[in-house]
This record gives sequence, structure tokens and C-alpha cells, in this order.
Amino acid sequence: MYLKLLSAVIVFGAWEIAGRIPVSYAFPTFIESMVALAQMTFDGTLFTAYGETLRPLIIGVAISAFIGIAMGLWIGLSNWFDWLFSPIFIVMQAAPLAALIPLLVMAYGIGLTSKVFVICIMAMPVIVLNTASAVRNTPSSIKEMARSFMGSDLEILLKIIIPAASPVIFSGLRLGVSAGFIGAILAELKITPTGVGDIITFSRSIADYPSMYAAIFSIILLAVLFLNLLERLENLLFEGNNRGYVSD
Amino acid sequence: MKVYGYHLPAMSSLILWGILWEIVGRSGLTFFIPPFSEVIGTLFVIIGTPAFIKALSETAYAFFAGVFFAVSIGIPVGILMGKNRLIDELLLPWVNMFLSAPLTALVPVLMVLFGFGMKSIIITTTLFAIWIIILNARAGVRQIDRSMVEMARSFGAKPLDAFFKIYFWAALPEILGGVRIGVIRGVKGVIIGQLLISIVGFGALFELYSTNFLMKHFWAVLIVLFAMAFALSEVLAYLERRVAYYAAKR
Amino acid sequence: MRIFFSKGTTVVMSQTKGAFAKADPLSGENAVTAHKISKSYGDVEALKNLTLEFPRGQLTSLLGPSGCGKTTLLKIIAGLLDPTSGEVKVNGKTVTGPGPDRAFVFQDFALLPWASVIRNVAFGLELRGMAKSEREAIAAKYIRDVGLAGFEKSYPHELSGGMRQRVGLARALAVDAQVLLMDEPFSAVDEQTRRKFQEDLLSLVQNENKTFIFVTHSIEEAVYVSDQIAILLPRPSRVHEIIRPGGFREKGVDNIRRDPEYLDIVDEIWASLRSYVE
Ligand SMILES: Nc1ncnc2c1ncn2[C@@H]1O[C@H](COP(=O)(O)OP(=O)(O)OP(=O)(O)O)[C@@H](O)[C@H]1O
Ligand SMILES: [Mg+2]
Repeated sequence: MYLKLLSAVIVFGAWEIAGRIPVSYAFPTFIESMVALAQMTFDGTLFTAYGETLRPLIIGVAISAFIGIAMGLWIGLSNWFDWLFSPIFIVMQAAPLAALIPLLVMAYGIGLTSKVFVICIMAMPVIVLNTASAVRNTPSSIKEMARSFMGSDLEILLKIIIPAASPVIFSGLRLGVSAGFIGAILAELKITPTGVGDIITFSRSIADYPSMYAAIFSIILLAVLFLNLLERLENLLFEGNNRGYVSD
Repeated sequence: MKVYGYHLPAMSSLILWGILWEIVGRSGLTFFIPPFSEVIGTLFVIIGTPAFIKALSETAYAFFAGVFFAVSIGIPVGILMGKNRLIDELLLPWVNMFLSAPLTALVPVLMVLFGFGMKSIIITTTLFAIWIIILNARAGVRQIDRSMVEMARSFGAKPLDAFFKIYFWAALPEILGGVRIGVIRGVKGVIIGQLLISIVGFGALFELYSTNFLMKHFWAVLIVLFAMAFALSEVLAYLERRVAYYAAKR
Repeated sequence: MRIFFSKGTTVVMSQTKGAFAKADPLSGENAVTAHKISKSYGDVEALKNLTLEFPRGQLTSLLGPSGCGKTTLLKIIAGLLDPTSGEVKVNGKTVTGPGPDRAFVFQDFALLPWASVIRNVAFGLELRGMAKSEREAIAAKYIRDVGLAGFEKSYPHELSGGMRQRVGLARALAVDAQVLLMDEPFSAVDEQTRRKFQEDLLSLVQNENKTFIFVTHSIEEAVYVSDQIAILLPRPSRVHEIIRPGGFREKGVDNIRRDPEYLDIVDEIWASLRSYVE
């Protein structure tokens, strides 16, 4: 714990010193940035900005989660569906999908739709693939157990496969949210500057570097805190869920 | 997947999707999707053009330079973290943070600090790739059997010897796994960097094609890019399996 | 209420049953019959024309080298696998799928890691659509019977291997099926627990009018617990021999392992299996 604090002091101290030298005219000190951050927080700019940034993010992640989990379940359950759809998501996972953005802008304009789309294509593949592999890796002995007690297919899905797969599905969701953040900011920087992307772009254009750094600092902090929270939740919810199979 | 007892190869459904694309393209449903065959035709035309070769070489340069830095910094740092508790405690929170942070937000900073050119793109690539490489190298070192290290020490291995003869090899499977994921992230990073900085490489090409509504060209470049990214990740996965054959047997 | 699996129960086989089993093994009706079962997985012929009868109220062991098709046969009887040809009858009815007359005990326990002991034990009843309070009352009784009282709210990862298998047994007993199918149920527990389980199993066979089909790798275990041992040999799998130990049963659990007949049968089986193990 002390070491964590020490490590933070070292990094922020280095930032402060580098800003004071200064290493670059565009490198404000840590304190300047934090002051700018406090200012933006208190005059409410930051909150309005996040309202705008988080809207496509939430919509996009919700759509990705819904469609992604459904697709993943289906792919995991049906060989035929697996053959048909897996390759698409495997390629999507490996490919730099950001390259699609200019096309999306052409097709859907510069509004919310495009941004939601960007977030979806970034977040969906990992959700689908995680869900599918979790479903496929359900221990066959517990599926057989349910079948030997005459569980119906639906019961096996609801009472065996989904509970068994949910830890992996959840961590897929977490990775999806992480990718969604990347997409959300990319969309704001590339498509139209709104929300936090607007603060970044605008303060850069007027050379208000402390505000720019503060905005970037805040969005990274927000994303990391939120993802950490999700991870905590995951550990809490599924504690012991992965243990207790015979292999442990 | 089996049809009438005949085994269909894993990625063969892409052919079906290609056909579907062709049909949608021919039906003229939307301007944004030209027929697949025409896209492929365009692909062969543009693949030799100077603009394409320039974009490709610029991208490849930025990518390989970025990945080179990520690997050559990431692996030693990861090994050090795995070996030394103090360094580990100091760095781990930051590595974890940057691993899940939306790195796209940092690109504007790179732009003001390092200019609108190659340097920023290379650094973007490195930033995308390095954290997972560090983390995996660290995990690889941490899982090393203590008895193996003690064995080396008992035979009189010097620290540097131990570093290269034991730590590196014993952690190799994890390190390679990290490099593979890092490289895939690097591909995304180089493209995101180019899109945001957008005066070099494929970023410029995409900009050019989309502002001029050259759909076939756009898709052709996209296909080349995706195919290369996918091939790269498959090759790395293959190499990983070949080199790290002993991973499962430890 | 009968008590089994509770600590300190001494098992003494009744004279009548032992003698009956010895004298006239097939006159009692068979609970399960497997008739000319063949099963192939692609090119692998796991079972070929296997015919075997399982007398009611008795414990039949399937013994044989690894890969000879014991699990396959058990799953076919359970209705989890379809035979390529041949048929299985349980109480005269042909098996077409899993049924309420059979319950399976799994080698790796197959417990739901996210469910408490009581929900695991009640799970078979839950799938049969029994109301919650009713099934939990039944489950609680069987949890007590297998000696796990007090662990109702625990989760599988909080239990030892032996305790987990008790949960698996309680789950199979709770549905009150006539036929219990056990696939190497004791192979994942330690030797002491295993011996205790074997003794408990004997009392279970004795006290319950259930038919047990029991897969094992262990010759000693098979001879110790079985009324009838079917020795299977691989490629193509067939029943090599049926052995009915019985003479030493009256002597009580504590003496069986010292009985000359017990030792002879163990040796005899080892002699016929030996050549297949190499
Ligand atoms: N799902 C399957 N696909 C293909 N072959 C299988 C499958 N299951 C079993 N086999 C083959 O069938 C044969 C019998 O398998 P089975 O599991 O019934 O053996 P077993 O007697 O239970 O072995 P063990 O004692 O090791 O548990 C083996 O040779 C095995 O290779
Ligand atoms: Mg088996």
C-alpha cells in the first residue's frame, strides 16, 4: 500500500518536474493540470462533457452486450452457427476495425448513430467470442448429470450452461467495456468533437494544455476506476464459482 | 462442422459470406457495398500503385518500429518485475492501469509533444502493444519453478547466465503469448494512430478514398488490411504453438 | 428411517440374501438387461454384441482395463448414449433416454459449483418439477443420511473430495430411482474414505431394494462389494467372464479382506486381466 503511494508520488513528481523544466512547451506541470481539472469539475464543464461522452458508450455497450451474448450463446450451442459466424468475429477480433470509421461516417453521418456503431464494432467481438467459448467449455459431466436427471434442453441451458458460463461471459463484458471506451474516445476525436473529446480538441487548439491534460487524465481515470469496479464485482459475484470442479 | 459426413474446414464459411456480399453488392441495395468481385478486381489494380505501396511501407515501418520498442522494452521490464518485488510493486499499478486505459485519449498528447508525423504513430503503436507484453513476461517469470532456479544456482550459474538460460526460456511460452496479443493490439494502435493523425499511411489512403467516395478502393484496402492482420495473428499463434511446445508439459 | 452412511454402522450381510445370491442367481428377475449392445465411435468399436443381465436388488460390477467400454456401457444404460445396435431394458421397458428409474453417480461428482449442497442434492428433484419446500425436505434427509448434516449451506469448493462424492450420492439417492449407476464413484477420493464408502455401499445394497451397477478399476473393490462381477475385455469389447463372489459375505466386513476365497478370486481375476494390461 505504501509502495503504491510511493509509486504514485514518484510518477506524479516526475510529471511535475518534467513540466517545470519544461521538456516541451506543450507539457504542463502536474499541479497546473490538477488545478485545471478541479476548475472544470467545479464549473460543471466536466459533467456536461461526460454526459455526452457516456451516452453513446452506454447505448453501444448495451447493444453489444445484448446482441453479443445472444450470438455467443447461439454460436456456442450450435455447430452450424459456429461454422457460419465464428470466422467473422475471429477476423473482427484480430483486425483493426477502427479503419471502418470513415465508412461509417459516410453511411451514417457524424451523429450519434456512427458513434454507437464504432463502440459496437469495437466491443462486440470479444463479448461474442468469450460467451461462445464459455458455453463450449461447460464441463460435459454436469450437462450429462442434468440430462441423466431428465432435464430438458431449456433447463440445461438455463440451469447449467448459463450459470457455468457466466464468469467468462462477465469478463468478456468487462473487456468489451474497455474496448468500448477506446471506441468512444476514438469516435469523439475522429468523427465530431463532443463531450470529453471536445474539451481535448478545443483546449489543444487554443493551446490551453493544462485543460487538455486534465481532460485526458480524467477520462483515463474514469475508465480505469470503472473497469476495476467491474472486476471487483466479478470476483464478488463469482467467488468460488470456478472452483469446486473436480480439477481443483 | 459436418455436412453429409463431409468435414467443412473451419474458416470456409467466409466463402459463403463473400457470395452474400456479391449478391448484396449486385442488387444495388446500397451505394456503400459494391460487389465483392469488383472489390477484388480493384484490389489487384491498386495493390501495385505507388500510393498503396507508400501507405503499406509507411504503415509497416511504423508498426515494426513500434512493436520492436514494445518487445525490447516490455520483455526485460516484465522479467525484472517478475524477479524483483520492489520494482514489481512500484510498476504493477501503472501497467495494469495502462492495460485497460482508453489509450486513444493519449494520442492528442503525443501529437502536441511529438508532432503530426511518424514519431507519434510509432509511440502509439508501442503504447498499445507494450503493457500486455510486460504483464505476460512477468507472469511467465513468476510461474517458474523455484527448484529450476535453485538447480541452476547449485550448478554455479551466474546471475546473468541464470537470466538468459533459465528465466527467458522458462518464461518463453507466456512471453510469446504476450507478444502475440501485443502485436494484434499494435496493429490496432498503428491504424488508430494513422486515423487520428491521418496524414500518413493507410490513414491518409482511407481519408482520400472516403472523401472521394471511392467505395471499391476503400473496401479493397480494408480487405488487404484485415487479411494481413488476421494472417499475422494466425502465424504468431502457430509459432507460439511450435516454439512453446513444452508449455503444457511443465 | 434407515440409516446408511452414518458413522459406525457395522454391516452384516444377512444369511438369506447371501445364500440366495449364491444358489440361484438368475431366478430373481433381472432389473436391467443389455442385449447385443454394439457401440462405435466413428472407427472405434467400443462395444460389440455385448449381452449382460443385472439381477434386481444386487450389485453388479463392471471390471476391465481402461478403454474397454465400461463408461460407454453405463451411459447407454443411463440413456445418455444411444447404442449403435442392440437394446437395453429396464424393468422390461426398452431404454430410449434418461428416465426416473435410473440415477447416475459421476466419477467427477458433477456438482454445480455455484449451488449449495442442499440445492445440489435437490437438483434431480428440481428438474422433475418438485416444489421447493418439498424437495428440500427430501434433500435434507438424504444429506443427513450420508453424514453431511450441517453442511447444507456449504458450497462444493468448501468440501473435501470425499464429502463432494457424498453429495453426489445423496443427489442420486434423493430421486429414489430403482437402479443406481455408478461410474468409478470412489476413484477420486482418498484410500481411507474409499474403504469407508465401500462398507457403506455394502449396507446400502443390503438395506435398499435397489439395483446397483458399479464401474471400477480396482479388482479388490469389485470383489469386496459385488454380488456379481462382469469382466470386460477390450477390442472388441465383450463380457469375458462373470464371477459371483458370495461365500465370504456372511463373515462380516471386517473379515472379508482376510478370507481365502476373497483372495483367490482377486488372484483369479488378476490372472485373466494381466495379459491385457501390458
Ligand atoms: N466420445 C468419444 N469419441 C470417440 N471415442 C470414444 C468416445 N468415448 C469413448 N471412446 C472410445 O471408446 C472406448 C471405450 O471408452 P470408455 O470411456 O467406455 O472406456 P472405459 O472402459 O470407461 O475406460 P476407463 O476405465 O479409462 O474409464 C475407448 O477406446 C475410447 O477411446
Ligand atoms: Mg470410464
